[in-house]
Order: sequence, then structure tokens, then C-alpha cells
Amino acid sequence: MHAVSSNLFSFGKRQGLVLAFILLLAIISFFAPRFLTYRNIMLVLTQVAIMGVMACGLTLMLIGGNFDLSIGSQLSLSTVIVVSLHDKIGPLPAIAIALVVGCGIGAINGYLVGFQKLTSLIVTLGMLPVVQALTLIYSGGTYSQIANPEAPFSFIGRGFLWGIPMPFIIFAVTAIVFGVILQKTIFGRRLYAVGGNRVGSWFAGVRDDWVIFFTFVITGLTAAMGGIMMGSRLMSAQNYLGKDYELTVLSAVILGGTSLYGGSGGIFKTVIGVLILGFLANGFIHLGLPYYTQMLAQWVIIIAAVWLDVKGKKGES
Amino acid sequence: MKSKQLNIIEMFKKQPVWFILLSSTILFSVLSGDFLTIRNLSNIVLQSSILGIMAVGMTGLMISGYFDISVGSILALTAAVAVSITGYSIPLAIAATLLCGIILGVINGILVTKAKVNAFIVTLAAMVGVRGLVYVYTGEREIIGLATEFEYLAAGKVAFIPIPIIIWVITIVVAEWALRKTVYGRNAYAIGGDAEATKNAGVPIDKYILGFFMLNGFLVAIAGLVLASRLNAATPTLGIGQEMLVIISVVLGGTKLTGGYGNMIKTVAGVLTIGMIQNGLNILNVHHFYSMLIMGAIFIFVIFMDAKLSKVK
Repeated sequence: MHAVSSNLFSFGKRQGLVLAFILLLAIISFFAPRFLTYRNIMLVLTQVAIMGVMACGLTLMLIGGNFDLSIGSQLSLSTVIVVSLHDKIGPLPAIAIALVVGCGIGAINGYLVGFQKLTSLIVTLGMLPVVQALTLIYSGGTYSQIANPEAPFSFIGRGFLWGIPMPFIIFAVTAIVFGVILQKTIFGRRLYAVGGNRVGSWFAGVRDDWVIFFTFVITGLTAAMGGIMMGSRLMSAQNYLGKDYELTVLSAVILGGTSLYGGSGGIFKTVIGVLILGFLANGFIHLGLPYYTQMLAQWVIIIAAVWLDVKGKKGES
Repeated sequence: MKSKQLNIIEMFKKQPVWFILLSSTILFSVLSGDFLTIRNLSNIVLQSSILGIMAVGMTGLMISGYFDISVGSILALTAAVAVSITGYSIPLAIAATLLCGIILGVINGILVTKAKVNAFIVTLAAMVGVRGLVYVYTGEREIIGLATEFEYLAAGKVAFIPIPIIIWVITIVVAEWALRKTVYGRNAYAIGGDAEATKNAGVPIDKYILGFFMLNGFLVAIAGLVLASRLNAATPTLGIGQEMLVIISVVLGGTKLTGGYGNMIKTVAGVLTIGMIQNGLNILNVHHFYSMLIMGAIFIFVIFMDAKLSKVK
């Protein structure tokens, strides 16, 4: 009975979000005629893809009841790594190294949070400058770029497949894979259990430390994927690329309705959240508003989304 | 022999910050002859005063079990407000700055207590949002102060002691007195220790938490005034990363992130340690990238030790 009612609840909420999304598109396109054109839509889909891939990882993280503040720095680091290594050792090894480094940083975070039981927010708040400093030390503070901007590597970030931007295809595939992981695998089930009640799941025989460890590794992996896509799109890397990205990604995930308190959420909602934020940011520019108004909008969106989440929780219990 | 060792461990557990302060002083004095001079040491205290004033508010918040990571952005906004208004009237500028800090603190506090949103998220969102306000207010440009008399607040001295240090000391003394001797202070520890029990004991905890956020905003505004006066200018990117330094100093001082434990004097030691490490790294010509790495690593290490040591208890 409870499952049915909560299903209905989330169904209603999801529909509400989709409705809000359509309304948003309608309002902005009314004021900005070029907003809903094929070119602009494809542009937005390209723009949101990096945020979207990272949001998929962060959704898992939030369902597990933790949060990673260092993903922005991780994005900077992997972009710098992949771009600077591309010309030295070739694209594929560079991609592999970036992914391994991403997983490695995730593993450090995961060890501290999963096994040492430290607060994830604080650990990753400390990890943020550490990873940023590693980026700067690695690059020597300089701007790096790939000699030939037309190299095949650029297909990941700039290419089109059947008229759809390649980054968006990567985002879609990631979302589907993560959705399957959450819904169909034992790991997914355990993740919800750990996020819902860590101690309880431990008593039920779930290795909560390993589950949390892996959510950090996965988030590190998605941050590295985001970095590779970013590097491929820009074919160059600047040291502070990922600054404040964690906030944008977080707002997308919680706007989608994934709870900050762990134990509930889903990938589909995150995808909608990502699309709303992407079209909103693009729409703001079409409406001629300066970029920092987006920061104010983010403030309101995050608070409102979490407030609704808290209210919803109260209504349920 | 064994008991003596245990004693040292016990002491370290209780007051690790003094050891860290002492050992970093020794380390830097050995590494550089310029470190342990009266001029440099007084410079460290002066430089630490802005961080120190912010840490006072943060300590109060953390004792009651909360924290605020929007302080860097609030610092930037209050400094911008201060600098922009000094041209008209300095008292008006000071009043407006303090009011601005209080309002931002109240906004955070209301969202935490009334809307029941997690404090971390509230202040994380405010960190971005207030930074956005800074850009809106400054128009993405730096503001240069027109009143040179305003610089007196940071550059002036009373009885050979720089005014920022005097302000810092006053805030510490008042806060420590309030924490020890007043019902507000005692209730802060109670709320941090067990909010539910405190509530059941009849303490209006929401009002207290709102009050602590407000005080935190007020103190950040004071720090913003001092900073604005020191630079007599404000840039939109001022104070980025400051929130981490404040939290490190307070945690280094032994205040528990989970609340219910801590005091101002040790926070001061934490602030001085951070100031000393930063100053020492500068004197040793350590590149900014590496000092960023070192600060972050110290932060994680302190959190790690904090958790380890509280588990031992």
C-alpha cells in the first residue's frame, strides 16, 4: 500500500516537473523567437551533456546519502590531463589515464567517507582545493591545447550522429546505463538501502562501506567523462574550467527531485532537471540577461527544490 | 614510561591545536630566519584578524551544530557595500554593511529553521546566490573607495595596537563570555549536543539557531568592513575560498563538526596556526599552487584526526 501511494506521489511530482518544463519552454520562446529552433535546441543539448553525465553520477551519490563537492575540480583536472596528453601519447591512452585518475580521486574520497565514516561534505570540501591545486601543479598554471583542433578526438565533443550531437548521445547512454544499474541490479537496490538507512542496511548484511566507496568511484568516473567531453569540445584546457560546476550539477539533480537525505531519487528525474537548467540558462541569455543572474536563479531553485522535498517527506510520513 | 606516553597522547587529544601551533612555529623558525621576528609575528596577528573575526561567528554556529559556507560570498558583498557607500558617509556605510550582513544571516537562518532545509545546502546555495548579488551590485567591476579616512579602521592604531586586532579581541572576549556565562551560550552547547532533548527541555531552539546565523552574518560584516577598509576597494571575487579557511581554523581549534563542543580561545589558536602556516609558506617562497594543496591536505587530515579522536573517547 505504501509503495503504491509513494509511487503515485512520485508520478505526480514527475508529471509536475515535465509540465513546468514545457511551460518554461513556451514562456521563453514567446519572448525569444529563436529559442525553439533546431539549431538552438541542438546547442542546448550539447551544452547540457557534460553537466548531465556528471549529474548521473551525482544522482547515485545522493541516493547513497552523500555528496561530492570536488567534482568541479575533478572536471578541471581530467580536462587538463586529457588535453595535455593527447598530443604526447595519443587520444585513447590519454582518455584512459583521465578515467583512471578520476576513479582514483573518487576512491580516495570513497575510502575516507565509506571506510573512515567521515562526513562527505567536509571531506570533499577539503578535496576541492587539493584537486584544483593538483590541476595547477600538473599544468604549471598554463593553458594547454591540442595542436590540431580537427583531430578525431574532437568527435566526442563536437560530432553529430544521425543529426544528434555526440555529447548528448553519451549523456543519454550514461543515463540509460545508470538507470538500469539503479533499477535492475543488486548494487542499485543496496544503494537505496544504504541511503535510506546506513546502519539498518549494515544490520541487514549490506557492506555499506563498499557501496559508498563505489558511489564515489562512479562519481569520479563521470567527472572524468565530463572532463574528456569538455576537452574534446574545446580542444584546449584551462585550469579553472570546472569551478562552481558542482553547484550547477547539484541543482540539476535536486531539481529533478532526488532527495538530499538519501534513499530516494531516479535518473529520469535528473535528466529532466538537467534539461530544465540547460534551457533556462540558454533562455536567460536569449532574453538578454547577464550571466550572473543565473547564479541568483540557482540560489532560488536549489532552496525551493529542497524545501519542496522536505515538505513532501513530511506529507508522506 | 607507558603512563607518561599515554599522558602525552591524552594531552594531544585534548589540546592538539597548541601542539600544532608550537610545532609549526618551530618548523618555520628553523626554516627561515625572517619568521620569528616581532615584525613578522605582529604581521601574522594583524593578517589573521579578518579570518579570526569570521571564525568567532563560525565557532558559535558550529558549537550549536551548524555551519555556514556562504561566509566568503557574504564577506565580498559586505565589503562591496561598505566601499561603495563610504564616499557619501562613513557612519552610513558602516551601518549599511552591518545591516547587510545581518540580513543575509537571517535569510540563511530562516531557511534553516523555518523551511527545515539542510544548513549545508542553504549556505551552499547562498554561496552561489550571494556571489551573484556581488556581481549584480558591483556590475562586475572593482569598486574603489573615495574616503581615505575610512582606511583608518584598518590602518589606525590605539596605544600601538592596530584597530583590527582590537576588534578581534573584543569579539573573542564577548563571545567567550557569552558562551561561558550566559544562558545563550550554555544553550548553544545544549543544542549542539542534543537538539531534540534541548527542545523538549523547553528551549526555543529555532530562535537560537536563527540568532546564531544572524550573529554569524553580523561578524562576517565586521570582517568585511575591516577588509574593505584595508583595501579601500572591493573586487567581485573577494573572499573566494575564505569559507574553507574559516572552517579549517575552527575545526583545528577542536570544535566538533557535530556540535556541542568547542571554545573561542582554541579557535584563536586555530586561526593563528592557519595564519602562521600561510605566512610561513609565503616566506619560504612556496608556490601558491602548493600552498593550496598543503592547506587542503591539512584540512582533510584535521577532519580525519577529529573523527579518530572522538571515536577513541
